[in-house]
Amino acid sequence: MNIRALPAALYVLLLYGFIFLPVLVLVLFSFQESRLPVPPFDGPSLAWYRAMLADDRLMDALVNSVLVGVVSSLVAVTLGFLAAYALARHRLPLAGLLRGLLTAPLTISYLIIGMGLLITFNSLGVPKSLWTIGIGHVVINLPLCFAIVYSQMGAQQAHAERAARDLGAREWQVIVLITAPMLWPALFASFFLSLTFSWDEFIIAFLVSRFDVTLPVEIWSMLRSGLNPKTNAIGSFVFLISFLFVLLLDLVVLRKRPA
Amino acid sequence: MSTPAVEFRDVSMRFGDTAALTGINLTVEEGAYMVLLGPSGGGKTTLLNILGGFLEPSDGQVLIRGEDLTHVPPARRPTTTVFQDYALFPHMNVAGNVAFGLKMRHVPKREQQERVAQALDLVGLAHTAGQRTHALSGGQRQRIALARALVVEPSVLLLDEPLGALDLKLRRQMQHELKIIQQRVGTTFVHVTHDQEEAMAIADTIVVMNQGSIEDLGPPERVYLRPGSRFTADFMGDSNLIEGQVVTRRGEQLTVRSALGEFELPGAAESGTRVTLAIRPEHLDTDPGDGRLGLGKARVLECGFFGTHHQCDARLESLPDPLKVRIDQKRLLRPGEVLDLYLDPCDVVLLTR
Repeated sequence: MNIRALPAALYVLLLYGFIFLPVLVLVLFSFQESRLPVPPFDGPSLAWYRAMLADDRLMDALVNSVLVGVVSSLVAVTLGFLAAYALARHRLPLAGLLRGLLTAPLTISYLIIGMGLLITFNSLGVPKSLWTIGIGHVVINLPLCFAIVYSQMGAQQAHAERAARDLGAREWQVIVLITAPMLWPALFASFFLSLTFSWDEFIIAFLVSRFDVTLPVEIWSMLRSGLNPKTNAIGSFVFLISFLFVLLLDLVVLRKRPA
Repeated sequence: MSTPAVEFRDVSMRFGDTAALTGINLTVEEGAYMVLLGPSGGGKTTLLNILGGFLEPSDGQVLIRGEDLTHVPPARRPTTTVFQDYALFPHMNVAGNVAFGLKMRHVPKREQQERVAQALDLVGLAHTAGQRTHALSGGQRQRIALARALVVEPSVLLLDEPLGALDLKLRRQMQHELKIIQQRVGTTFVHVTHDQEEAMAIADTIVVMNQGSIEDLGPPERVYLRPGSRFTADFMGDSNLIEGQVVTRRGEQLTVRSALGEFELPGAAESGTRVTLAIRPEHLDTDPGDGRLGLGKARVLECGFFGTHHQCDARLESLPDPLKVRIDQKRLLRPGEVLDLYLDPCDVVLLTR
């Protein structure tokens, strides 16, 4: 290797190390044999993965996370798409304000959103459950879905929609047969981003849940009783799932498409 | 008399303070190929959009086969459109695109397949049925758009600058095909363009539009040879426009005095009226021929070669502006040369507006 490339290589190594070293350590010590996830490494062993799968509370939390993630993402994509369609295709009064209000939650911290929801649910007497977590996740993901879909609504779709109407399609047929299929990559991307965010989200889920919790909340309660390789195992598992989402998104949506 | 395919009654369109159309009255006969021709902003596309149902006129009525459809949306009109950008559905294959309108009309599956095959056959693209639309060339997409619009058997087919995106050679070929297809299916076509040659080549009737109203209307030969207004004479090909004044009137026979001399012309205008004389460049000749009128000597300023002919700017002593003159393709002219110009008075067109 060229000697002059060395500083650059070193820099890249440090940069990626900084990002990925914690994850690597987490994953490595999930294969630890003994009870403490600290050096020296005495694995590899799958004992803690076995323990994880045998933990009913953890598995319940996993199922809850999947349920909340899929349902809240579907709702967020549907609502975001309809809002984008309305704002892109119709002249609405105060359209700028509506658009601003739809995307505003992106700028508010999850903690504030979570507290706001908690107070609202309490004062309305809504019991804390998976439903309230789902509502919280729709609140944080809807702006994202709206922004992604809205940015992809161009003149090409508008012209195709016009042609469909001209050929006798009713309004719902235009949306179902033309607009949505043409926006498929954007819809797919917003669904998987929402799913990833919901899967990882802790603070809102923590604040507005009670008995049924999602995986991040369950992990947090495990951490309170101290570190052990099982938390590493579950952490690695969560990371793997998120990674697969992003990979899928990358493969399906971001790969180069024929024009 | 049979019911016309389309009737516009006093149609006006305003966008805010701008009047896009004013008092349009127009009838399109069943089976006609009508071309709306004009510069951008002339109102031709607005009129087409009103016919297709994409715009509701501010005033007036639109009748299709005698039925008032002024306020009926596009989906429930017996019209379909070939759009300028074709607007094919990129997520469907060719057959899916063509079948779309039939599906919306709940035509049985088997009949759909037959009619799609016929429509694709009509435009010569039966072999592309299973292909994706982005794999097709511009000319092929244009034909698919045509098949998709024709397959539902509309009362009137609307074409919004359908050839605008094609190169010149393909455009001339497609306009020929459009005409043939229209004659074969017999559907009424209303076609918008700003290309005069295209309009003359395909239209049964040309409607010249300018600033939101109809300037002229008639068969291509009439509109070109006997334009009804200064605008038409200038817009349809080249014309030399010369100011004049009516000096005497004897019934339908006028004497007009102009810088080119006095002409005896048929027409209706009071003496003293200011008029314009329109003379096509190809009607000016360098040969006295039989009974042509001598205009005098003209000095050539510029000369360009157009393949079928040369066109020159030549200045007559008596006229402030140079005249456009068409010269034989094989004759070489240089700036500075002097020509004797002659004109058959029959070719002079009198314009009163």
